[in-house]
Amino acid sequence: MATTVARTLDVKGQSCPVPIVKTAQAMKQLGPGELVEVLATDPGSVKDFAAWSKTTGHQLVETSQQDGVFRFVLRKKG
Amino acid sequence: MTLAIDRPAAATAVAAEDARETGGLVILACSGDLERTWATLVLANTAAALGKPVTIFFTFWGLFTLVRNERGITGQSWMQKMLAMMNPGGTSKLKLSKLNFMGMGPAMMRSLAKRYNVASPQELLDTAKEMGVRLIPCQMTMEMMGLTRADLIDGVEEPAGAATALAAAEGATTLFI
Repeated sequence: MATTVARTLDVKGQSCPVPIVKTAQAMKQLGPGELVEVLATDPGSVKDFAAWSKTTGHQLVETSQQDGVFRFVLRKKG
Repeated sequence: MTLAIDRPAAATAVAAEDARETGGLVILACSGDLERTWATLVLANTAAALGKPVTIFFTFWGLFTLVRNERGITGQSWMQKMLAMMNPGGTSKLKLSKLNFMGMGPAMMRSLAKRYNVASPQELLDTAKEMGVRLIPCQMTMEMMGLTRADLIDGVEEPAGAATALAAAEGATTLFI
């Protein structure tokens, strides 16, 4: 299982629903089990990524925050 | 801001591959108001990102969202043309249901959206197409308003009737906006 991030997606400054939509698009280009890292500033994205992970089945591996930037690491289901 | 992705092929619907079992979303887009159209497109894109098959059925004033922005007055008869003059089509000409103030309201709303990096209705409509959202124009409204296929943007499906919309709605969450 991959432990390094295959792709970083920068959606800082973007509002709902762009972070989720772009993540879904990026997921298409990953292989099963690969990791994508998403950097966002939208405070709503914390709940949204949890909900998105639950619905799609892609695992939310990590949620963290530093200097107002949220970092989500998601693993493509496979 | 563009939401275009690197590989248009990936466009073929996020919905297709993922989580079909989650049930789809069908939106009956009846209103041509800016705020309602905006909400429709936000929900459609989000549902598509969640892996749901999404269909939007554009009817009555909602159909004018699908008219090309550069189109002038649409319609064949004088009444259709008069209506189109008062209600021009295209995402760039949507009006607010209240606080419209001859277009000042929408202008301020769009300016705020830009400042806060909120995707515009046009950007969301383009992304919806990339995400594989089905856009179905209402045949009956097209005839009543004198709209032709050439008046509508590319990427929409063949015009259809209410039965098509309701068939798509079977087992799906349905919203009337």
